[in-house]
Amino acid sequence: MKTYDAIIIGAGHNGLTNAAYLARAGLDVLVVEKNEYIGGAAVSRELHDGFTYSNCSYVCSMMRQAIHRDLNLTKHGLVLVPYLGTVTFGNDGDKMISYATEEAEYNQLRARNPHDADAMFRFQTDLSRYAQLIRKTLLRTPPDPTSMKPRDIKEMMFLGKEFWALGEQEIYEYIRFFTMSASEFLDDYFEDDLIKAAMAGPGIIGTALGVKSPGSAYILLHHVMGDVDGNIGAWGLARGGMGAISKAIASALEEAGGAIRTDAGVEKILVKNGTAVGVRLDSGEELKAKIVVTNLDAKRTFTKVMDKEDLPPGIYEKAKNFKIRGSSGKVNIALSGMPKFTGIPDNRYINRGGQTFLGSIDTMEKAYDCWKRGRWSDDPFVETVIPSAWDPTVAPPGQHWMSCFVQYCPAELADGPWTPEKRDAFGATVINRIEREAPGFKDLILHAEIRTPHEIEAEVGLTEGNIFQGELTIDQLLFNRPFPGYAQYRMPIKNMYMSGSSTHPGGGVSSACGANSAREILRDLGRKNTVPEDDFYDE
Amino acid sequence: MTDPFAGERLKLSHFHERQAALNLRNAWSSWNGYQFAEYYFDAEFEYFCVRNGCGTYDICPMQKYYISGPDAEAMLDRMVTRDVKKLKNNRVTYVCWCTDEGRIVDDGTIFKLGNDKYMLTCGSPSLAWLKQSSFGYKDVVIEDMSDKIAALSFQGPTTCEVLKRLNLEAIETLKPFGIMHFPFKDGTLMVSRTGFTGDLGYELWIEPHLAIEFWDALYAAGDDFGIQPYGESATNMARLEAGFIMPDMEFNEALKTIHYQFDQTPFELDLGWLVDFKKPHFNGRRALLTERDKGPDYTLVKLDIEGNKPAEESYIYSNKSCTKHIGYVTSAMWSPVVKANIALAMIETKYLDGELWAEIYYEKELRQSSKVARCTLKKKPFWAPARARATPPHPY
Repeated sequence: MKTYDAIIIGAGHNGLTNAAYLARAGLDVLVVEKNEYIGGAAVSRELHDGFTYSNCSYVCSMMRQAIHRDLNLTKHGLVLVPYLGTVTFGNDGDKMISYATEEAEYNQLRARNPHDADAMFRFQTDLSRYAQLIRKTLLRTPPDPTSMKPRDIKEMMFLGKEFWALGEQEIYEYIRFFTMSASEFLDDYFEDDLIKAAMAGPGIIGTALGVKSPGSAYILLHHVMGDVDGNIGAWGLARGGMGAISKAIASALEEAGGAIRTDAGVEKILVKNGTAVGVRLDSGEELKAKIVVTNLDAKRTFTKVMDKEDLPPGIYEKAKNFKIRGSSGKVNIALSGMPKFTGIPDNRYINRGGQTFLGSIDTMEKAYDCWKRGRWSDDPFVETVIPSAWDPTVAPPGQHWMSCFVQYCPAELADGPWTPEKRDAFGATVINRIEREAPGFKDLILHAEIRTPHEIEAEVGLTEGNIFQGELTIDQLLFNRPFPGYAQYRMPIKNMYMSGSSTHPGGGVSSACGANSAREILRDLGRKNTVPEDDFYDE
Repeated sequence: MTDPFAGERLKLSHFHERQAALNLRNAWSSWNGYQFAEYYFDAEFEYFCVRNGCGTYDICPMQKYYISGPDAEAMLDRMVTRDVKKLKNNRVTYVCWCTDEGRIVDDGTIFKLGNDKYMLTCGSPSLAWLKQSSFGYKDVVIEDMSDKIAALSFQGPTTCEVLKRLNLEAIETLKPFGIMHFPFKDGTLMVSRTGFTGDLGYELWIEPHLAIEFWDALYAAGDDFGIQPYGESATNMARLEAGFIMPDMEFNEALKTIHYQFDQTPFELDLGWLVDFKKPHFNGRRALLTERDKGPDYTLVKLDIEGNKPAEESYIYSNKSCTKHIGYVTSAMWSPVVKANIALAMIETKYLDGELWAEIYYEKELRQSSKVARCTLKKKPFWAPARARATPPHPY
């Protein structure tokens, strides 16, 4: 029976990235994927004739340029296109347009609130400063602060140096920032509630926290630290959908001699004498490997596809208590035409960007209260994008599809398990919210895919449908991700590694987790490092 | 009231009315006396329209000459370095023409519109050179059509689809460098599969009185395909990715060059393939033969440069310590689509086999810094999608 050099469990974008780097280093690698298609949560599927949804993740700004460039993903078909403009809908018809250029944006904000228009400069500057520090860590393995190994000490010194370089005042601010709520953080800058709410939106996306919960300020940062070609905070679409990212990485992997097997779910990671030796597939087939890399989240890995007996004491419990609560849903809608939003000018730049339906800070907090009580809010936070307005390849000409990200949606309902009826009622709530701002919206709907945490977990495998593979709170970041002591991609079992977003630097379609993990594997094999370590080049 | 500044003002393009309405930033520059958009909204956005959807670029200011008569072919063949006799009806060819010393006067395209009828297009006014080149040929008429033809460069992956929606029959069968004619209102639309972006694209030629009507028809057809006007900045990005040269960037027009040999030969610009020594005498032939045999002192090359700082106006060195200066960058940018730091550079040919280092100066919040980055030679254009050459074009 063949023994692979490495088997990677899960063909999400990080697993594929990991495999591509191992294959390029000459390893014989196989990626096994439970679904009949690849991509994990960076996936695009045609569920209605002519419409290609990005079924889970829908925009991209974290993708590491260094990896895109190094794996030559453009040659493998990947083109990332930035999109412009956002419209924010408040309560009672209040709305705000965000323009893509600084001058237009300033004029718009000034008309609404001159104080906030000025404060926006300081806000963006501060966020960029914080983001810059985090960005420097993205393609680096977190140091173990308890280790005396020269490498860990050196890395701690690097972090310390970067941190001290912020200056005295900013160090205080930075520490506050990590434990603040998005709402408190924004109170330092803005007066206008809708501006605050608009800026707070990224602080709750994908997280079981409210705008007023401590820790949500960091989530906000995590969402704005990406960039498209150096424009920090800009967002892009992958031409052909988010699945194009996975497909391009898969193509790079295959070019390097790696293989992918779909319809090959892993039932168990095989462990012998404390060493990972392969996997057993759902079909019962066993595959041997010198290295096993899990791209599944930490909770699923240790509680679902491993035997508790195979794990050192305490790991199972750590995994069971890993914070990976489901809090969001997704509705993908095929439309016969472009929705018309009341009071929004027919302007090609703002009509073709994104929309955020958020009400106010209070509306968002109330939606969180509903989540805590095991139900979804009648007035949810919805972030939408119409990718077809930018990408001619994802819908028939003149028709469109709309991606709706919904916060919050509980993984478990107070009134019993999810049913198809409840799922559809959740979808109707989202559609009603949009209809409020775009009368006639419902008449445009040709097809809708409604995904609650239940569907996302069942299909993609993310525990509770958590988009980040584990929440991005300080107790689960950097050297604490996924667990203290296991942040360097090596798992408690010998020859077993983790490559997914449960590891540093966390969620987002960045390829960083998979790349960092590959670097550590090559290091253990005594191979030369071929994984980029630097993506910030003197920002 | 008469405008006392009337004579100072720039000419307006045949498409001005529509373009001005979309020029939200009032970002105008000029080209050959025409008011001309540097960008309309955002240069990078417009660049992405060309790479992702489609865009129009105003080429009304480009110079266009009809050269006709029984001697037209012989005259052009004598003037340019390529063999014009090989050019078939309804085909276009890229050419350059040189002084007797083999230095490039300009580059451009020749359209063969019929027997004894050609159109030459180029960036700079060339009437004087054409007249001079026709000396001794009896039956050749040169007509400056620059202001008499309205034209748009229409570029990007969805262009063929948009043209199909204008009911241009069999447009998908048009091959690169081919020409087709279609009736439009009371006139004729000429479509050539040409452009300056390295992508799928066409150039659209129409009588000036139909310009606005045609614009409206094109924009109506293109609405679902991301149509957008783009300006000089986006063009410059796209052409650099395609590896195309620009006057005043890669070459200094010979007739405008003061210093001895500060202009360029086709071989220096890596355009040796444009020079056809199999044909009889042409302007600059003898000098170019010598140049071919000894090899050019400098060669224009494509560079992939480490890091992400554009190597604008950088010097190129043969060593990391930057003691041996061997060339200079002519154009540089971060390529958003390729995700690479790309440049064109003129480098002393004899050093091309060795190491290449660029000394890059850049600014971070006013503070000046520099870095030395390793350069890798690239043979092929940075961006050359298969759809640009395929007939029928691949689905967008």
